[in-house]
Amino acid sequence: MPKVTFIDADGTRHEVEGKNGISLMEIAISNNIDGIEAECGGSCMCATCHCFIEEDYTANVPAMESDEDEMLGFTAVDRKSSSRLSCQIKMTDELDGIEVSLPAEQN
Amino acid sequence: MALESSSPLVIVGGGQAAVQACLALRKEKVTTPILMLSEEADFPYHRPPLSKSYLTGETDDEKLAMRPVSFYESKNVQVELNCRVSGIDLENRSVVTQAAQINYQSLIIATGARPRSLQIPGAELNGVHVLRDVQQARSLKIELGAARNVVIIGAGFIGLEIAANANSAGKKVTVFDMADRVMARAVSPNVSSWFEQTHRSNGIDIRLNDSVDRAEESSTEGGSRVSKVVTAGGEEIDCDLLIIGIGVVPNSELAMAAGIECDNGILVNEFCETSFSGVYAIGDCAMHPNPFYSNKFVRLESVQNATDQARTAASVIAGNRRPYHSVPWFWSDQGEHSLQMAGLSDNADLFVQRNGQVNGQGTDQGGNQDSVPAGSNSFSVFHYGNGKLQCVDSVNSPRDHMMARKLISEQRSPTPEQAADPDFELKSLFT
Repeated sequence: MPKVTFIDADGTRHEVEGKNGISLMEIAISNNIDGIEAECGGSCMCATCHCFIEEDYTANVPAMESDEDEMLGFTAVDRKSSSRLSCQIKMTDELDGIEVSLPAEQN
Repeated sequence: MALESSSPLVIVGGGQAAVQACLALRKEKVTTPILMLSEEADFPYHRPPLSKSYLTGETDDEKLAMRPVSFYESKNVQVELNCRVSGIDLENRSVVTQAAQINYQSLIIATGARPRSLQIPGAELNGVHVLRDVQQARSLKIELGAARNVVIIGAGFIGLEIAANANSAGKKVTVFDMADRVMARAVSPNVSSWFEQTHRSNGIDIRLNDSVDRAEESSTEGGSRVSKVVTAGGEEIDCDLLIIGIGVVPNSELAMAAGIECDNGILVNEFCETSFSGVYAIGDCAMHPNPFYSNKFVRLESVQNATDQARTAASVIAGNRRPYHSVPWFWSDQGEHSLQMAGLSDNADLFVQRNGQVNGQGTDQGGNQDSVPAGSNSFSVFHYGNGKLQCVDSVNSPRDHMMARKLISEQRSPTPEQAADPDFELKSLFT
């Protein structure tokens, strides 16, 4: 199975496996990664699954749709160019090894 | 602390509010063991998809779960499922279950709400459903697969969400509501009329100012399954699946029996504290003063309210008292359309539409229902009371919705002219 590394705001790394087709948010939740809250359960409504895609992996991540783009204007920690909502990125073989940093706050 | 260490913090309920309370308590560094007592057979799950993607099969049980089972152990939370709390002994700080009397250090009541029942003849027949929990959703999903003629009583969020899904699945769908517009208590007239037109143009039969008098079983097939409904006017409509979605009532009987003050829910202050020390109520069951509703008491049934009240109660238990001060927000997905609401409408005296069709158009256009104007699929309606922005309903406009949450939170009102002008950047009000 493809692997994902979530990196907490304090630098702690969590390497976990994620099935293809499952979102990065769901992978984080099912592995008890605290830095993702996902209040709305993945409906692209709450912006509490904010993450930063590490530079080496951005090319393989599909482009965002306008809903996500708009929601990212309202995250608890300011948006950066690498910002995404983890509920909107589904795992694929191309993303194997992806590193995802998490903000200090989600709400 | 040593004296208290033997009793857990008890949460009665196993829904959104209960899970968020666990998360918030641990985030507040409260280390007391937590005991969650849930009447349900399933570990806590997301409730909103039950009438949406769970019914269509897009969301399965694994996705529906709020957290994996391992989460609870990792947070030192013991979850007792199928566990009904029959009483609270406030003097002795304990709750009574079938199995035991359990002392608590603090008690959080998150018992939620249950569907309001409809007292009509035939309501007890097979094929008559309400939808609140996952067990009900499972049986509804199975029966929906086989159904041909679906009747829904109540044109609220749940009713219309199910209607849109059933209609997409090729069922003949009829929706009744006694009000003169859909979602009458929740959204502005323009939004009601847009959804009415949209659902009707998709083939859903929406009957307003109308009601179902009774449900009847088949006289030929025998058995006790619903086969038709009879309207108040005497019209008979084929029906092999009847869904009743006419709102909920709070589960406050447990608190009331214990002597905690209740009035259409469990009364709490801005810290989610009930009338009894050490006992908190959060989520759908909590009747609270809301700062975005002139501090009047209100009960809100939403993920937002459950989540933010859980944080409030956790902050108080942790000794970091922070009052409940969050903009209410809600959402409803109906077919391919997204409805989002921010704030609470409080006798609004002015509705201003941003984008989409012209203000007022769409009402009383019985002959023009299938011609929703081009370009009108995204718009918002701003509710004003005494010149102040109270609430915004957004249709397929997440940007307006998020902006509205920020505007209302910071008590900034665009003028009605600014709100109506699609070229006016709402963002500029923050600079």
